[in-house]
Amino acid sequence: MLTLPGLSIHRPTSVDEAVAALAAHPDARVLAGGTDLVPNLKYGMYETQHLVALRGLSRELRYVREEAGELRIGALTTIDFLARDPLIVEKLPALAEACGQIAGPQLRRMGTLGGNLCLDTRCVYINQTHFWRSALGFCLKKDGTACHVVAGGKRCVAAASNDSAPVLLALNASVKLVSPRGERVIPLEKLYLADGVRNIALEPGELLVEARVPAVAAQLKQAFHKLRTRAAVDFPALNLAVSFKLDEQGRASALRLAVSALAARPLLVRGLDELSGRPADESLGQELGRRAQAQARPLTNIAVDPDYRRQVLPVLVRRTFLRALRR
Amino acid sequence: MSEGRPRKSPTDLPESKAPTRPGGIGARVPKVDAAGKADGSGLYADDLSFPRMLYAKILRSPHAHARVLKVDVAKALNHPGVIDALVGAELPERYGVIPWTQDENALAVDTVRFIGDAVACVAALDERTADEALRLIEVQYEPLPALLSVDESREHPEIKIHERNKSGNISKHVELEFGPVDAEMASSAAISDAIYHYAGSTHAPIEPHCAVARVDGDGNLTVWSSTQIPHYVHRELSRVLGLPPARIRVIQPLLGGAFGGKSDPFALEFCVAKLALKTGRPVKILYTREEVFYSHRGRHPMRMHVRVGLDKEGLIRAVDNKIDIDGGAYSSFGLVTAYYAGQLLTGPYRFGTYRFDSTRWFTNKPPCGPKRGHGSVQPRFAFECALDEAAEKLGIDPVEVRRRNFIGEEVLTINGQRIGSNGFLKCLELVEEASDWRARHGKLPAGRGLGVAGSMYISGTAYPIYPNEMPQSGVLVKLDRSGRVAVYSGASDIGQGVNTLLAQICAEELGCDPRDVTVVAADTDLTPVDLGAYSSRVTFMCGLAAKEACEALGKKLREAAASKLAVLPGDVRAELGTLSSSSEPHKNISFAEACRLAEAAAGVPLAATGGYRTKKLGGDYRGGTIGASPAYSFTAHVAEVEVDEETGIWKVTKIWAAHDCGRALNPTLVEGQIEGSVYMGAAEAQMEDMVYDRRGLLYGPSLLDYPIPTSLDTPLIDALMVESNEPGGPYGAKEAGEGPLHAAIPAIANAIHDACGIRLRELPFTPARVLAALQARDQRNQIAAVSPQRTA
Repeated sequence: MLTLPGLSIHRPTSVDEAVAALAAHPDARVLAGGTDLVPNLKYGMYETQHLVALRGLSRELRYVREEAGELRIGALTTIDFLARDPLIVEKLPALAEACGQIAGPQLRRMGTLGGNLCLDTRCVYINQTHFWRSALGFCLKKDGTACHVVAGGKRCVAAASNDSAPVLLALNASVKLVSPRGERVIPLEKLYLADGVRNIALEPGELLVEARVPAVAAQLKQAFHKLRTRAAVDFPALNLAVSFKLDEQGRASALRLAVSALAARPLLVRGLDELSGRPADESLGQELGRRAQAQARPLTNIAVDPDYRRQVLPVLVRRTFLRALRR
Repeated sequence: MSEGRPRKSPTDLPESKAPTRPGGIGARVPKVDAAGKADGSGLYADDLSFPRMLYAKILRSPHAHARVLKVDVAKALNHPGVIDALVGAELPERYGVIPWTQDENALAVDTVRFIGDAVACVAALDERTADEALRLIEVQYEPLPALLSVDESREHPEIKIHERNKSGNISKHVELEFGPVDAEMASSAAISDAIYHYAGSTHAPIEPHCAVARVDGDGNLTVWSSTQIPHYVHRELSRVLGLPPARIRVIQPLLGGAFGGKSDPFALEFCVAKLALKTGRPVKILYTREEVFYSHRGRHPMRMHVRVGLDKEGLIRAVDNKIDIDGGAYSSFGLVTAYYAGQLLTGPYRFGTYRFDSTRWFTNKPPCGPKRGHGSVQPRFAFECALDEAAEKLGIDPVEVRRRNFIGEEVLTINGQRIGSNGFLKCLELVEEASDWRARHGKLPAGRGLGVAGSMYISGTAYPIYPNEMPQSGVLVKLDRSGRVAVYSGASDIGQGVNTLLAQICAEELGCDPRDVTVVAADTDLTPVDLGAYSSRVTFMCGLAAKEACEALGKKLREAAASKLAVLPGDVRAELGTLSSSSEPHKNISFAEACRLAEAAAGVPLAATGGYRTKKLGGDYRGGTIGASPAYSFTAHVAEVEVDEETGIWKVTKIWAAHDCGRALNPTLVEGQIEGSVYMGAAEAQMEDMVYDRRGLLYGPSLLDYPIPTSLDTPLIDALMVESNEPGGPYGAKEAGEGPLHAAIPAIANAIHDACGIRLRELPFTPARVLAALQARDQRNQIAAVSPQRTA
């Protein structure tokens, strides 16, 4: 079978110890559920000698609680838990929906929300063995300088492929980051960068410890959709989440629409403020679809034909919007 | 050519038979190896471990086509923990499963022919060290132009993938014509004429290939391998290593799936054997999933130009098929593939005339080979779609056109294959009724549809791969004084369940409890030869051999019991470990007691052998024996689909699959084979695809990037058994492991047509292709709507 490189594994028992270990080894990778990290290590995607394993932080970082007008989710809460927890299903049904569609049952039990939010970008040309990449010619995400997706491209366009991110972006979430220097809370959209090599704006020694969703999110209409080749154990070919406020006259406001599995950063569709106050109906769904299609640019970084993905995006947006409306 | 007529109407065929006796034929006996597979105690090749064992890894070519100028392993040998290395020059003898087309080397001698071709091998104390050492091997390549498609191979005969090949890049060409096809086609009332593409798919067994070799103090070599052809591996190891076969033992441990992907000798078997001989230490190689993809031998990509001509009653006047087969870099079973692509299409329907022109081409890609339904799944897809289309022009219902063309029982096909029993009409009737076809076909709401297809497959190939007069399958049965029965069989149980069937045949013939049977299987030192688990031959041939061996012993046991019980031997009834008088059941003895009495009477240990001997079969022309089989199985499917016209996303919601297996020796196993076949066929229709880039690199050689359906993607399957009672088969049985796959793909394609009026001719039917076809349909309809002559 594929072998792992030799690694030193650090096993902190608190967040403080964990960020100290991360600060001491700037090249270290964080091991939470390991469902993505382990295959990537076997593929030789990282040069690191150090893993910081978070199992010892499970008690500290595995929770869902309502606090200070927010729903706060510890980073080590498992994907499986979020897919099924009655509180999440009731308050943030789109998040439960997204988590229920990540990978398969075994991986959902291992995988964590923090791990999914920090999931490395993916590309058909990078998530492959060292031999395969050597036969292809190494690319600029690792070991090389060329881009196989965009000819002559200088910036990596490997795709953000996490299903939790578009939902939490649509729900206006923020994340809490801790480092030896202290902690900060940033909007989730500031976490992601348009660089596929490293699309997470974590500073050295920094660890994502919590996701925070405003409590008002529970009042929003919301839904998630994932396009994929098969009905389980697949990364998204496209995913999207929509949320909006519906008033008593049936008008939509505070519209947010996130589309991902495009390039390094999930797309938060721009210019939706103009649509505020319009009746929430089929035609608004179509308008959202048109805007998403105009702004999204699917690439060949994912195996499913980009032209096809572009074609069906407005259909999926419209249907997801209407599903949220009926919820 | 005899006129085929149905021997009896389909309703006269017998219903599923009840078991003849507990634990015997027809009983739902649990698989003998099920517990070990379920609880993890079963030993697969990779579970084997020996003291001082080394782990080896193979270096593979990053070029699709290149001359290998130099392989230098010096630095790898100096890497700490590396014990030895191997290069192609040490194993120069070529091998291949077909004796006439041996064109493979364990490690490249002078040329690499696809990305992933084996180049060198390193043995080390552990896998990681071996992996590290691979990167220290220095190889000088001189890249050559790579031919990556049938068209490129045809257009560039000057770039020869195999220099010794006489005809450019043609691996095999077959052209056969039966009757005046062109004249019959010209006078047909309706013709369907279209080109179909099959993309290529791979087996994806759960267990990757694994082999372990060990040399004992006397210099005898044992190789454990996850193979489905221990006998051919035995022969090829002997030739390539230059060792007498009597000094080599090949053992097949418990196998985690094969589907045809383990029916060639592979590089790892030669590498572990040679390294064990060189180092004197046991050596193991376990392929990575990526290496399984490169070893491949999966279903061939094919381009099929099919023409089907029907007369006004819908009878098939002419079938013409021009087939180009993308073979990949080596021959494998390719000679047979080129024939099977044409020879296996001539049932269950009677063809008025038939021609096929089939060419297998070498290309610089992983070699294709036999995958469940070898060579015939692709042409079956094309033909069954074409038949539907031609019948539609005549306004004949798809089920009806198939019924009208039924070839019958006890007939010769147009190409001279002898069909015995034939339960196809019953299959068709079952799926027609179960799916409520008459009320629903063509009448479902938009986006939903039903499709039907039929097929035929072989129960073993008539002749052995290398010509010889010895039996093709042998079984030795030995009785112990304890009442334990030991069956020694060379046959490979690859999940189809032959070891269980052997226990059931013992229970049937001897009257023992099937749980009291030990099956010693697929061990060339201990078991008689069986040629291997391919072409659906095992249950048929090994079953007949076992029956023959057991009959002789059963007679001795009944005689001994009759003598003890003072009844006539014909009065003795033997079942589940007791031999009793039928007329006076209180008179009985145990099976063990009968064994002891019979051994005492015989004066020698109780054992008997049985064999399956080759019968003369097939058409009297060159190639007429390929596709000839002692019996043919038949299948009919109806598939139901739902198509989302806005996105092209579709789902096959249900498949009714009826299969004529002759006799269900174990109905649970037959149902399992039907379900597995339907799953695999539906998978090929839905999503499986081998895609290569312009360098010849296979996209995503992993089970994430090469999607196979999950349980959520799998349709409901209604597995229906038809028992036509094959006169030549063991207890009337025919094959059940491959035939039920064939009809799935065309049934789905025809259902999509019923759902939304599009004919899909290129696999897999991805949503993108479906959406494009729907858009083309809408465009056609628009043109038709504005065009006066069309609307007239």
